Amino acid sequence: MTTESLIWLLPLPPLAAFLLIVLFTNRSKALSHSLALAGAGTAWLGSMIVFFRAVGQHDLAENPIHISFNWLPMVDEWFKMGVMIDPAGAVTLFFVAWTVLMIFIYSVGYHNFGQPKGDHDRPGLPPHGATVGDKKHAHKVPSVEPMYSRFFALISLFAFAMFLLVVSDNLLLFYIAWEIMGFCSYALIGFWYGKESARNAGVKAFLTTRVGDVFMLLGIVGLYSATGSLNFHEVLGNPDTLAKLAAADSGVLGLSLAGLLGILLFIGTVGKSAQFPLHVWLPDAMEGPTPVSAMIHAAAMVSAGVFLAVRTFPLVSAGRVGEELTSAMMVMAFIGAFTALFASTIALAQNDIKRVLAYSTIAQLGYMIAALGVGAYVAAVFHLVTHAFFKALLFLGSGSVIHGMEHGVLHTGEKIDPQDMYNMGGLKDKMPVTFWTFVAGGLALSGFPLVTAGFWSKDEILTGAFGGHHWWVFGTLAVSALLTAFYTMRQITLTFLGKPRTKSAEHASENKTVMVGPLVVLAVFAVGAGWAGIPEKFPLLGGLIPNWFGEFVGSMLHEEAHHAESIVPLLTSLVVSLGGLYLGYMVYRDVKQGSPDPLARMGFLYKVFKYKYGIDELYHDVFIRPAVWISEVFTYRWIDKGLLDGIIEGIGKVALTLGRLVRNYIDIPLWNEGMTDGVGGGVRRTGDALRPVQSGRVQMYMVLAVLLVLVASVLFLFFAA
Amino acid sequence: MNFISDHLLTLILFSPTLVALVLMLIPSGNKQALRWTALIGSLIPFGLSLGLWAGFDPGGAKFQFAEQANWYPAIGSSYHVGVDGIALTMVVLTTLLTVISILASFSITEKVKAFMALFLVLETGMLGVFVSLDLLLFFVFWEIGLVPMYFLISQWGGEKRNYASLKFILYTMGGSLGLLLATQMIGVLTGTYDLPRLLELWPAYQVSGNVLFGLPLATVKSIAFWAFVIAFAVKVPVWPFHTWLPDAHTEAPTAGSMILAGVLLKLGAFGFIRLVLPLYPAESQQYAGWLAGLATLAIIFGAFGAFGQNDFKRLVAYSSINHMGFVMLGVAAMAAAPGTADAVIALNGSVLQMFNHGLYSAGMFFLVGVIYERAHTRDLSKFGGLWALLPVYGTILIFVSMASLGLPGLNGFVSEFLVVRGAWPVLQVATALSMIGLFFTGAYTLKGLWTVLHGPLNEHWKGHLTEINAREIIVIAPLMVLIVVIGVWPAWILDIINRAVSMWF
Repeated sequence: MTTESLIWLLPLPPLAAFLLIVLFTNRSKALSHSLALAGAGTAWLGSMIVFFRAVGQHDLAENPIHISFNWLPMVDEWFKMGVMIDPAGAVTLFFVAWTVLMIFIYSVGYHNFGQPKGDHDRPGLPPHGATVGDKKHAHKVPSVEPMYSRFFALISLFAFAMFLLVVSDNLLLFYIAWEIMGFCSYALIGFWYGKESARNAGVKAFLTTRVGDVFMLLGIVGLYSATGSLNFHEVLGNPDTLAKLAAADSGVLGLSLAGLLGILLFIGTVGKSAQFPLHVWLPDAMEGPTPVSAMIHAAAMVSAGVFLAVRTFPLVSAGRVGEELTSAMMVMAFIGAFTALFASTIALAQNDIKRVLAYSTIAQLGYMIAALGVGAYVAAVFHLVTHAFFKALLFLGSGSVIHGMEHGVLHTGEKIDPQDMYNMGGLKDKMPVTFWTFVAGGLALSGFPLVTAGFWSKDEILTGAFGGHHWWVFGTLAVSALLTAFYTMRQITLTFLGKPRTKSAEHASENKTVMVGPLVVLAVFAVGAGWAGIPEKFPLLGGLIPNWFGEFVGSMLHEEAHHAESIVPLLTSLVVSLGGLYLGYMVYRDVKQGSPDPLARMGFLYKVFKYKYGIDELYHDVFIRPAVWISEVFTYRWIDKGLLDGIIEGIGKVALTLGRLVRNYIDIPLWNEGMTDGVGGGVRRTGDALRPVQSGRVQMYMVLAVLLVLVASVLFLFFAA
Repeated sequence: MNFISDHLLTLILFSPTLVALVLMLIPSGNKQALRWTALIGSLIPFGLSLGLWAGFDPGGAKFQFAEQANWYPAIGSSYHVGVDGIALTMVVLTTLLTVISILASFSITEKVKAFMALFLVLETGMLGVFVSLDLLLFFVFWEIGLVPMYFLISQWGGEKRNYASLKFILYTMGGSLGLLLATQMIGVLTGTYDLPRLLELWPAYQVSGNVLFGLPLATVKSIAFWAFVIAFAVKVPVWPFHTWLPDAHTEAPTAGSMILAGVLLKLGAFGFIRLVLPLYPAESQQYAGWLAGLATLAIIFGAFGAFGQNDFKRLVAYSSINHMGFVMLGVAAMAAAPGTADAVIALNGSVLQMFNHGLYSAGMFFLVGVIYERAHTRDLSKFGGLWALLPVYGTILIFVSMASLGLPGLNGFVSEFLVVRGAWPVLQVATALSMIGLFFTGAYTLKGLWTVLHGPLNEHWKGHLTEINAREIIVIAPLMVLIVVIGVWPAWILDIINRAVSMWF
C-alpha cells in the first residue's frame, strides 16, 4: 500500500470500532473491548509503518507525504481536504500511537474486566464493588464498570480524533478533529455523569476550551481570508506568504496580520493545553476514569494544543529578525513561563495524587509554550514527545496506585479517599512494578540527569532560553523545574516510601499484568526516548549517539538559531533537578498519619497554593454568575418579557382601548340605538303592515302573481318601446 | 409521463392539498386510516421533489421547471413558478420535514382529520412561497401558510395556546402589512408582478424628477426596502422582532414546532435572499450595517435567551433565534459586499445553514416532544440523570444537540464555518462579536444536556419513563443520517447552492 493512502486509513480503525460498538456490540463487553483494541492496534501498526517510511525519506520537510481531494466548493474553486506527514507530524504520530495503545490495554484492567457485576452499580456512577463468596466468607471485590462498552466506544472516538488531527494537512481538518476531541473529553470527563462533580467537570472542560476555540475559529477564517488557503505546507511553509502576512498591518493593537492571526490561533492552544488563564478545566478533568486522564494529559488533548502551536510556529515567528522576539512570541513566552511557575506552586500543596500530576501537566505544557515563545522549536517538540510518554506513565501509574488502594478500601471497609496521598505510604513493597515504573516516570518529570528522557528535553529548553538571552524566561523555568523536582519527590515519598499510613494502604495489592504491562512499556520510553535527541555539543556524551531528533525535526525550520555554547544551562538543570529531588525527600521522608503538611509552615502562601489562588472562585463570581444574570434576568426578563413584549402588548392594549371607545361612544349610541334600532323598528313596522298580504290563501297569491306579471309586462313594453 | 415532468412543480405544490381533500372523505372515527393516508399522501410531494432534485441541472438555467399561466392579467400578475438551486433545497427540506412531522404526529388523538388536513394545506402554503416567481403569488402563499399554523397552535397547543396563536398570527400579519403595500406599489409602478422582469425593472426604476408621491424616489425605495425587511425579519425572526417565537414554539404541538422551526422560519430568510437582496441592491448595501447589527444581536441575545430558560422547549425555541442569526449574518455580508467571493461564501453558508437548521431544530423539537409526552413536564429542574433510564433516547439527544451546537463532523459546523469565513473580511466587528453568541451556543446546548440527562438521577422518574419507541426512531433516523452526511460530505448539496448563489450575485 502506498504511504499516502495508508495515512488516510490511519484514523479509521478506531472510528470503525466506535461505530461498531455503538451500533452493534454494546451489550457484549468482551466484543466491545476486542473491537476497540483491534482498532487501536491497527492504527498503531499503520502508524509505525508510516513513521519508519517517513524517517527514511530525506527531504520530508520540503516534500511531506501528502494527498488531498476536493471537499467543499468555494465559489470558483474547491477547498481541499487532505492528510500529510512531515517530521513534526511523524514524531507526534509515533508517541500518539504508542501511548494510545498502552492506554487502551490498561483500560481493560482498570475497568475490572472479568470481575463480577456490582451489587448496587448502575450506569452513570463508578462501580462500588461486588460481594462474592457464601454468607460466611462474603467479602467485597472490585466490580466491573457498568458502562464498559460505552467507555471503549468513546475512547476509540477520542483516539480517532487525535490520529486525524495529527495527519491533517490543513487547519480546517485540524479544527474538526480538535473539536471532536473536545466533545470526547467532555463525554469522558463526565463519563460518570451521575456524579455531580464529574458532570460539572465535563461541562467546565468543554466550555473553557470553547473560549479558546471561538478565537481559534476567527484565526482560521482570518488566515483563510488573507491567504486563500489553510494548507499547512502551502501557507505556513511558504516564506513569501509569511513575509506578506508579517508586513501587513492588522489594525489591532499595532500587531502585524501574522501576529494577530498567530495570537488568535494561540488562544486555541491556551484553552486546549490549559495555559493560564484558561487552565482551570484540566485539574477537574481527573473526575473521569484514569485512562481518560492519561488520554487527556498525555496522548491527545493537551498535546493537540501544543501541536497546534508547533504547527503555527511559522506564523507567530514570521517577520522575526535574529534573536528579537515577535510580539506574538513574547505573548507565548510570557504565558508559557508564567504558567509553568504558577502551576508548579499549586502542585506543591495538593494531596490528591492525580491532582498533583494535573498541575504538573499544566506546568510542563507551559514549558513547551515558553520554548516555542523563545524560538526553541525543536526543544518544544522534543519535550512534547518525552512528556507524553512519562506523563502517560505517571497517570496510568497513579491509576494503578488508586486501583490498588481501592482494593484495600474494599477489603477493609475503611471510609477514606483512595486518592489522597496522606492515606498511602509504603506502597513500594505492595506494588513493586507500579513503584519502579512510577519512579522512572517521576524522575523523567523531574529531569533527573542523563538517564531520563525528561532531562534531555528540559535541558534543551533551558539552553534555548539561555542562548537567546531571555533571562526572565530562563529564570522562571529554572525555578519551576526546581519546584517540579520537589513536588515529584514529595509525591513519590508520600505514596510509596515510609510506612503505610492506613489499613487500606497495608492491604493494597499490585494489579494484573494487563495494567502494569503498559506501565513497563511506557517506562522504557520515559527513559529511552531522550537518547534520540542528545545534542552533539553535550560534554562527553555528545556525538556518541547522533542527534537524530534535532536533525529530523529541525529540518522543519528554514533557519535555525545557533547559540553560543555555555555550561550555565546544563549546570542549572543539574542543580535544580537533583536539589529539588533531595529536598523533597528530606522534607517528606517521615510524615506521620494525621500530621500537617510540612509546607503548611509557610502559612498564607501555602493556603494560596492549596486553594489554587482562588481562581475558580474568581471566575465563578466574575464570569459565570454575571453570565447567568445576563441570560435569565437581563435578556429574558428585562429585554424580552419586559421591554419587547411590553411594547407588543402595549400596542395590543392601545388597539383594544380604541376599539372600546369606538364601541361605547360611536357604535352603541349612534348605530345600535339610533340607526340600527331605527332601521330595525322600520322593518318591523313594514312587516306588520304587509302581514295581511301573507294570508295563506292560494287564490290570493295567484291574484297577486297575475297582477305583478301584468305590471311587469307593461313596464317592459313601455321601456322597450 | 410528459404531463408529470411538464407540471412537476404544480404537482408538488398542490398534491398536499389534494391529499387533504381526500382526507375529508374518510370518516373522522377511523384514525388509523387518516394517519396512514396523510403519511402516504405526504410521500407523494416528497417523492416528486426527489425527482425534481434529480432532474435539476445545477449548471443550467437560473429558473428551472418553470410554469406560467394566466391568473390576474389585468394587473400583470400570473401563476409563474420555478426553482433555482436555493429554492430547490428548500422544497426538498419542506417535503421531507412534512413527511417526518406527520409520522411524528401519530400520537395525536384528538381531531386527527382536521390536524392532518391542516398540516397538508400548510405544506402547500410553504412550498408556494419557495417556488413563486410572481410577487403577488408570493404574497398570497406567504399569508396562506399562516392560517393552518394558527389553528394548529390554537387547537392542539399547550396551556397558553390562545395567547400564543394570536400573538403569532397578529405579529406576522402586522409585519406583512408593509410588504403588501410595497408589493402593490411596485406592481402599480412597473405594471408587472413577474419576478424575473422585476429583477430588471425595479432596481433600475427611474421616475422623472426623481419624486414619487411627493417624496424623493430614494426615500420611497428605502421605505419599501424596510417594509420588506420588517416582514421577513419578523418571520426569521431577527432580534428584536422575535418574541412571538418562544411563545408560539412552546405552545405548539410537537409537529407544529418541528415545521415552524424547520421550514416557516426559513420563509423569512428566503424572502431576504429571493426578494430583498436582488430587488434592493442599493438599499441593501446602504443598510448592510443595520442588518449585520441585528444579526449579531440575534446571535448574542438568542444565545443568552436560550441559556436563561428553564423550560426545555423554550430553550430550543430561543436556540432558533441564535442559529437563524447566522443566516442573517451571511445575508448581511452579501448586502454589504454584493458579488464578492467572500459574500458568496457567506451566503452559501446562509442557505446551507437554513437547510441544516431545518434538520436539527426539527430533530430537537421532536426529541423535546418525546420526553414531554412521557413526563408531561418540560421543566428542566424536574429532570436529571435520565440517561441512566433512557440510554437510547439520551444518545440520540446528545447527537442532535451536538449538531445544533455546531460540532464539526456534523452539519451545523459546515454552514457556520462558511458564514463566518465569508463574513469575516466584510463585517469584521460583527463577526468577532458573534463569537460571543457562538460560545453561548455551547453553554445552552450543554445546559439542556446537563439538566436532563446528566447529574444525579431524579428517582421520581424511575419506572415511569419508557424508552423511545420504534416509530419515534424512524422519525429521527433520517434526520440523523442527513446530519452526518452533510457534516462529512457537504459537497453534494453545497455545489448546487454555490452555483445558484454565484449565478444570482
